[in-house]
Amino acid sequence: MSTLIEVRGLTKRFVKDETGIVALRDFGLEVEKGSFVTVLGRSGCGKSTALNLMSGLLKPTEGTVSYRGDPVTGPRTEISYLTQSDTLMPWRDVRRNIEMPMEISGVSKRERREHAEELIRRVGLTGFERHYPRELSGGMRRRASLARMLAGDPETLLMDEPFGALDAQLRTDLQLELLRLWQGSGKTVVFVTHDIEEALLLGDRVVVLGLLGRRVLDKPIELSRPRDADELRVDPTFVSLHREMTEALREGAR
Amino acid sequence: MSTMTETSKTSPESQAGGPANAVPLNRTWWERNGRTTSIWAGRAALVVVFVGLWELTGGWLFDISFTSRPSAIWTRLVEWNADGTLWVNSWITLQEIIYGYLLGSFAGALLGFVLASAPTFYKVLDPFIMALYAIPKVALAPLFIVWFGIGMDMKVLLAAVTVFFLVFLNTAAGVREVDRGLIDAVRLMGGGRADIALKVVLPSSMTGMLTGLKVAIPYALIGAVIGELVASNRGLGYLISNSAATFDTAGVFATLVVLSVIAAILNFLVGLLDHRVSRWKPAEARS
Ligand SMILES: Nc1ncnc2c1ncn2[C@@H]1O[C@H](COP(=O)(O)OP(=O)(O)OP(=O)(O)O)[C@@H](O)[C@H]1O
Ligand SMILES: [Mg+2]
Repeated sequence: MSTLIEVRGLTKRFVKDETGIVALRDFGLEVEKGSFVTVLGRSGCGKSTALNLMSGLLKPTEGTVSYRGDPVTGPRTEISYLTQSDTLMPWRDVRRNIEMPMEISGVSKRERREHAEELIRRVGLTGFERHYPRELSGGMRRRASLARMLAGDPETLLMDEPFGALDAQLRTDLQLELLRLWQGSGKTVVFVTHDIEEALLLGDRVVVLGLLGRRVLDKPIELSRPRDADELRVDPTFVSLHREMTEALREGAR
Repeated sequence: MSTMTETSKTSPESQAGGPANAVPLNRTWWERNGRTTSIWAGRAALVVVFVGLWELTGGWLFDISFTSRPSAIWTRLVEWNADGTLWVNSWITLQEIIYGYLLGSFAGALLGFVLASAPTFYKVLDPFIMALYAIPKVALAPLFIVWFGIGMDMKVLLAAVTVFFLVFLNTAAGVREVDRGLIDAVRLMGGGRADIALKVVLPSSMTGMLTGLKVAIPYALIGAVIGELVASNRGLGYLISNSAATFDTAGVFATLVVLSVIAAILNFLVGLLDHRVSRWKPAEARS
């Protein structure tokens, strides 16, 4: 396996009025190609900022991000990023929102429509194709965003708390769907969450961040797949990992 | 795939090919149209009461030579209709309004869109634009007469200038209020400047632009009529000043009626456009 994303000494300072706000300091991370990395951290520790920098949306104050060895200077189509807040176009219905990445990359109209139908079915939005984002529930918007992200057929997925707003059942469904999509596809996933259980359920590796993106813990998760949430809860390895993560999160807040 | 099949087992109706929560309403005619009907009935009643009171009180509460009365206004409209005065002058004014409106709104929308897309440049121009905007447009009439004479051109331009600023400012505001997140979303999809302009900024600024187009309609009319009042020998503005000069208040009111009818029709037309473009908004947000 080779390193796909390499983050070195990343620092981001926002300027607000005449003061600088440091959101991330000297952050480093290497992501192996084909791996599923979950990033855990308390609110405000710089997770979203880190993903914004890795996706190329933001420019770092210091440090570098490289993808396959090339420095990342702006967004690139191989990397798809599901941001924390919804960015569906309010004037497009679900189907046309999902078609959008294909529209931009110049896929023909018929192909676009077919692929969009398939994605809509996968995320369970059949029947809502003609609804506008405001006519959907928060969870449905999330699923539409997920479908749109997949429509670009990315090789790397950056996801910022994608399933936070969903009910437990749907969350499990989509987690499984995501794993199914990832397994054996060679795709790389960086998945940000604040839910320890979700991090352990999905990740090959869990990175726990503390204040300003300090790496408190970085640990491979060797639980066998497929992982079942109910069985895991009584698994001694899982229980001890869970305790370790809780401890690390608490430690990170100091 | 298996996961979604499971979902459909637990909640079959959610996969039935339509939103599960879309139920037929079976409302009666009155439930569907009652509100609209009462509103229109109220409006009609208001007109009847107002016109009736005006007609009845004219002559003893007010001096007819100042306030005229609906029957006299109607007689004047019938006369003007018969001798063609009404149509010739309305057509002149209507042309001025339409040309002025088209010219002003086209220039305003285009310039608003382009200038607001370059924020720093816009900031540089902002105080000058606001200074020009603050000039009462009537004050430009004498200058326009010098430049373009007292023909139709001067009225068209006066209407256009008035319309221009309203459309320009609203469009520019719409462009500047575009959600950053949506622009970033297009950048992430690999979209360039053209994609951002066409797929995000344009549709998103549409609301502002339409607001501008809508509020500008009465101003096109104001611009044209003021131009005619200042200097002309044709048009509805001329008809007003001419009627007033001969103490023909019925003539003045008759012209005002025609002007409001024209304004109502123009408003209705833009309302249709607005409705089509803002379908994506929830019903409550539509005006
Ligand atoms: N555009 C900005 N301007 C100023 N400060 C910012 C900006 N974006 C983020 N910050 C600051 O940077 C810090 C990290 O923010 P970030 O959004 O990365 O947190 P997070 O880990 O994603 O939190 P959460 O779990 O709540 O989403 C916060 O203190 C925030 O106030
Ligand atoms: Mg965040």
